[in-house]
Amino acid sequence: MDKHEVAFNDLIAQDLKIEPRDWMPEKYRKNLIRQVSQHAHSEIIGMQPEGNWLLRAPSLRAKQVLLAKIQDEAGHGLYLYSVAETLGISRQELVQQLHEGKAKYSSIFNYPTLTWADMGAVGWLVDGAAIVNQVSLQRTSYGPYARSMVRICKEESFHQRQGFEIMVQMAKGTPEQKEMAQDALNRFWEPSLMMFGPHDADSAHSSQSMKWKIKRESNDYLRQKFIDRTVPQIEFLGLTVPDANCKWNEETGHYDHSPFNWDEFWNVVEGNGPCNAERLEHHKKAQSDNAWVREAAYAYAQKTDISAVAQ
Amino acid sequence: MEKGDKVWEVFIQKKAGLAFKHVGNVHGYDKKMAIQNARDLYTRRGEGREIWVVPAEAIVSSPLEQADAFFDPSEDKVYRHPTFYEIPDEVKFI
Ligand SMILES: [Fe+2]
Ligand SMILES: [Fe+2]
Repeated sequence: MDKHEVAFNDLIAQDLKIEPRDWMPEKYRKNLIRQVSQHAHSEIIGMQPEGNWLLRAPSLRAKQVLLAKIQDEAGHGLYLYSVAETLGISRQELVQQLHEGKAKYSSIFNYPTLTWADMGAVGWLVDGAAIVNQVSLQRTSYGPYARSMVRICKEESFHQRQGFEIMVQMAKGTPEQKEMAQDALNRFWEPSLMMFGPHDADSAHSSQSMKWKIKRESNDYLRQKFIDRTVPQIEFLGLTVPDANCKWNEETGHYDHSPFNWDEFWNVVEGNGPCNAERLEHHKKAQSDNAWVREAAYAYAQKTDISAVAQ
Repeated sequence: MEKGDKVWEVFIQKKAGLAFKHVGNVHGYDKKMAIQNARDLYTRRGEGREIWVVPAEAIVSSPLEQADAFFDPSEDKVYRHPTFYEIPDEVKFI
């Protein structure tokens, strides 16, 4: 082992951070780029299912809140692109990989948002699951990624709370509203749990990522944590967990759950979910529709900004 | 990188009296766009009173590879620390 690798392993063993200019194994870099870009794209694509309800929000307050939340998600995407860039990949390449289907984003965003209750379920469950994952990633070994997670976690908690508030309003509202809340829960429950990724035994990248402390806790551990927190919230809402086997287990001290439908999960990852094509098309269209803005900005900078001339 | 697109490093001072702190980067075609993008990205909750944006390529870094040698001149100068000096016990306020 050469001295660089020894130094790197040492930093990891001592729970210290790797910084952009430190030597790192090529596979560590690649692994991180894959994870961070997937995370970034999820934040960006994740704006679409919520954007769907922006112009139909039931009140001005609801609209303001939803808009602020979506803006935060754009911010999260940009923090994360910024992290990926410190690893030596450009933003243009990142976006290109997304468009070519080489980079993935979280499958949860390939499901449609059909009713206003979905805005509740998304904030509560999807952001809730993301928070559990992101809190754990605050201790990731790559410095810029860890710092971005701290920033993101501070912003996330309002996302989950606004979602839960909507769920309370719906679940305690008219029978029709309660039915919508239950329906949203039914549709988002299992996909939210699958957001944590495959079971530990089947997770392709997990063990190396755990060794390098890119990931700090396993998919199954985090998923269980989320289930244990969320079931009592479902009970508070007076809704039913859409899984007959989801019961408290005295022995394990956790809630049990039925096996997940992984075939569906992989089918959506492979691009066959209800909204995969639409999400990607929308992103590409926005990118190309805005080309004239970038050209104009470039021309304007050339004429007016002294610092742009040096390029 | 797309034509004219530039990366700027962003530093924020939270309030008067505090040092500027690096928070990440932002893309922008010129200074004004960079500073506005930095505002929208890093100060959505009143986290700043002032922002600096610096073209990423203008930042000069100390070498990491020979960091030990680079910082060596400060290693052996213990006399730069107050504990190096002997002051009689009865003397106060020094
Ligand atoms: Fe987010
Ligand atoms: Fe969020």
